[in-house]
Amino acid sequence: MTTPDVRISEAGGPATRPLLEIKDLAISFATGGGEVQAVRNAHLTIMPGETVAIVGESGSGKSTTALAAIGLLPGNGRVSAGQILLDGEDISHATEKRMIELRGNTIGMVPQDPMSNLNPVWKIGYQVRETLRANGRPSGPDDVAEVLAEAGLPDAHRRAKQYPHEFSGGMRQRALIAIGLSCQPRLLIADEPTSALDVTVQRQILDHLEAMTSELGTSVLLITHDLGLAAERADKVVVMYRGNVVEAGPSLDLLRNPRHPYTQRLVASAPSLASRRIQVAKEMGVESDELLAPTDAAVQEPEKAEEVLRIENLSKVFKLRSGIGRSTDFTAVDNVSFSVKRGTTTAIVGESGSGKSTVAQMVLNLLTPTSGKIVFDGVDTSTLNNKEIFAFRRRVQPIFQDPYGSLDPMYNIFRTIEEPLRTHKVGNRASREKKVRELLDQVALPQSTMQRYPNELSGGQRQRVAIARALALDPEVIICDEAVSALDVLVQAQVLNLLADLQSKLGLTYLFITHDLAVVRQIADHVCVMEKGRLVETGSTDDVFDSPQQDYTKALLNAIPGAQLMLPPEVARA
Amino acid sequence: MIQYILRRLLQVIPVFLGTTLLVYYMVFALPGDPIAALFGDRQPNPAVIAALRQQYNLDEPFWVQYGLFLKNLFTFNLGNDFTGQPIAATLGRVFPVTAMLAIEALVIQGVFGVAAGLFAGLRKGKLFDSTVLITSLVVIAIPTFVLGFVLQLVVGVQLGWAKPTVGANVTWGTLLLPAFVLGLVSFAYVLRLTRASVIENMNADYVRTATAKGLSRPRVVFAHILRNSMIPVATYLGANLGGLMGGAIVTEGIFNVPGVGQKLYQAILRSEGPTIVAIVSVFVLIFVVANLLVDLLYAWLDPRIRYDK
Repeated sequence: MTTPDVRISEAGGPATRPLLEIKDLAISFATGGGEVQAVRNAHLTIMPGETVAIVGESGSGKSTTALAAIGLLPGNGRVSAGQILLDGEDISHATEKRMIELRGNTIGMVPQDPMSNLNPVWKIGYQVRETLRANGRPSGPDDVAEVLAEAGLPDAHRRAKQYPHEFSGGMRQRALIAIGLSCQPRLLIADEPTSALDVTVQRQILDHLEAMTSELGTSVLLITHDLGLAAERADKVVVMYRGNVVEAGPSLDLLRNPRHPYTQRLVASAPSLASRRIQVAKEMGVESDELLAPTDAAVQEPEKAEEVLRIENLSKVFKLRSGIGRSTDFTAVDNVSFSVKRGTTTAIVGESGSGKSTVAQMVLNLLTPTSGKIVFDGVDTSTLNNKEIFAFRRRVQPIFQDPYGSLDPMYNIFRTIEEPLRTHKVGNRASREKKVRELLDQVALPQSTMQRYPNELSGGQRQRVAIARALALDPEVIICDEAVSALDVLVQAQVLNLLADLQSKLGLTYLFITHDLAVVRQIADHVCVMEKGRLVETGSTDDVFDSPQQDYTKALLNAIPGAQLMLPPEVARA
Repeated sequence: MIQYILRRLLQVIPVFLGTTLLVYYMVFALPGDPIAALFGDRQPNPAVIAALRQQYNLDEPFWVQYGLFLKNLFTFNLGNDFTGQPIAATLGRVFPVTAMLAIEALVIQGVFGVAAGLFAGLRKGKLFDSTVLITSLVVIAIPTFVLGFVLQLVVGVQLGWAKPTVGANVTWGTLLLPAFVLGLVSFAYVLRLTRASVIENMNADYVRTATAKGLSRPRVVFAHILRNSMIPVATYLGANLGGLMGGAIVTEGIFNVPGVGQKLYQAILRSEGPTIVAIVSVFVLIFVVANLLVDLLYAWLDPRIRYDK
């Protein structure tokens, strides 16, 4: 031991030296068109036992920075400048041999997507065991089970003998956390560890991860796009935008007094922090009662909002094969009833497997209900003949979750939006083209987009195209099935604003299917909470959010990251 | 699992009946009289012809002939061919030869194809990768019979490294050159398939996670990249078995290997219905059983596939 080392530990304990320090880091990728800088001038310091979050949208360089710290940049990427100091040692250009020594027992990683990060052909136990063995730790069946049990997997001995596809998403993420922490690393890189999971599962897993890392004294580098989650879980937050660190500081300070314009926008549009519905109509001075009234208000009684859609005792039972000639019933939707008034937004909320999308598909007449009725504008949709269904489809249009999958890659944007018009023989070619131009204006896309193809557009632009396509036939009801779930927060906020704006202009009715309560808060007037096929709670959004009656609803609300953070109202409403 | 295997084996029955019926019918419908062909240019005694026709049931209508064939088959009596030799004995002589040839070819394409494909995939875009990519394309483009004759001439005759023809004395060593020719085209396909699969899996998330766990490079390559890349290759090898049997006809012809391919070729020339159908029946059996084995291997390679339902 040399004297200076002793003096450091005497002065302020070993905690005075950062565990990880990233200085002036620049990362570039070699592409066909030359070198592209993905990260510039990144700074970051993590003290032992500290949790630091990097926040940013996709493409901001947050994951790239983290991957550089564990030496896992993709083949064409390299650290072009700066240092990554791990406990004083620069590992930015360390040999592969040195990195293999460090990985696992000094730097651990919990990756983003639990579905793709476990090798499907090996048992979970095997994947834990090889980690232990590679890092020179005891790797018997009991050791493996212990590691899994610590990550909160019940019945670990049996679970270790199962394959990843026999695990749910939450369980897989637990297994990945078990692997990441199995060799008790000093630094854990958690790259969006829960963004693919339901909120309640997300909360459990983050709680567990927090408990484990604080017990082991592990430092955590948390990568997330969710500012609320970052603020709730991390001591310090680093905001990245287009490869630059734009702001850094203690979580709550940064959230309450964002200085950089980008951080301000991020705070303003973080759905988990916003507390009110997007009030386009009210801002325009229109009262919601007027909005509820149909456009041809003269004919209808004005005080009674017209019911456009009524679901009565709707059930859907799927037959699951369980052997030759045998089947068991699976009730996806169980006796659900609710109604939707014209010009309003009703949200169906639930976690995966709650049956919310099945309801949407039955309303769209894409699935036949096992029992119950769907009454659209006074007519039971099950009694429609083929011609009437065709006409019905004009009035009820869907917008789906995945803007990458729901647009035909071989159709240009004009053809995509024009197709429903052509199918329903609306107008001639000239008038259809005029309509497409109008629609693009409505969704705030330049008319030059018409000649482009889906793969040339960003996720937000594609979702705008999907909205324009849905609007082409002037429908009355739009079913949005997780329509904004695949988008970054800022883009999500733009699309939600667009939807609210279109609703006030065109008097649209939305049925909004989502797992994201924060989104519900922003867009919905009424909420239906579904759990395991049943409707557990229904009411106006304010009632459900302010005084939830059911335990399940309360659990869902508590699980929103950042919900507990007390923000000054001006920030929350900004 | 057992249930699945039994069900698959039961499927053999309709497949077997269907193929034999089809082949039997096609042989029946062939133009020309096989008995007349036996005598060449000579004019035989009509009584002899009638006796021969009766002996081989050629005077019966099609359905009776086929029925008699099936009856004989189930009593393990394959009958005699037109030269009077028992077909069962012929099959017993020629099948082991072709089996040896096929095994050698399978090893060449399986082992070497996978190894070269893995190496090329891991070093994508490097010299080795580019070289094998072009070479394999050339190999795929050249018909087997051209390749066979060229190698026979160069390796067998000019260089003298191997016997140009096999003849009656069959050993693993003498079969090496024909097996190489037989396996070469599939070798190129296996190589390319493995390479593509390795490149795809190399960038998979679970491979990155495996590296992040601190595993050594060889472990990542063999346990995570190669193992997962074998799934499509196994499927191809199974489906390709038919190609191997078809290719044996050409290869055995070129190198004078006394195997099934050569026998089948002769039988087709002579319109020897019973021999053709017997050989094809065995082919069908091998093909069905081999595909069952590949499906089981497939389930072992990829646990997401389960046959117990």
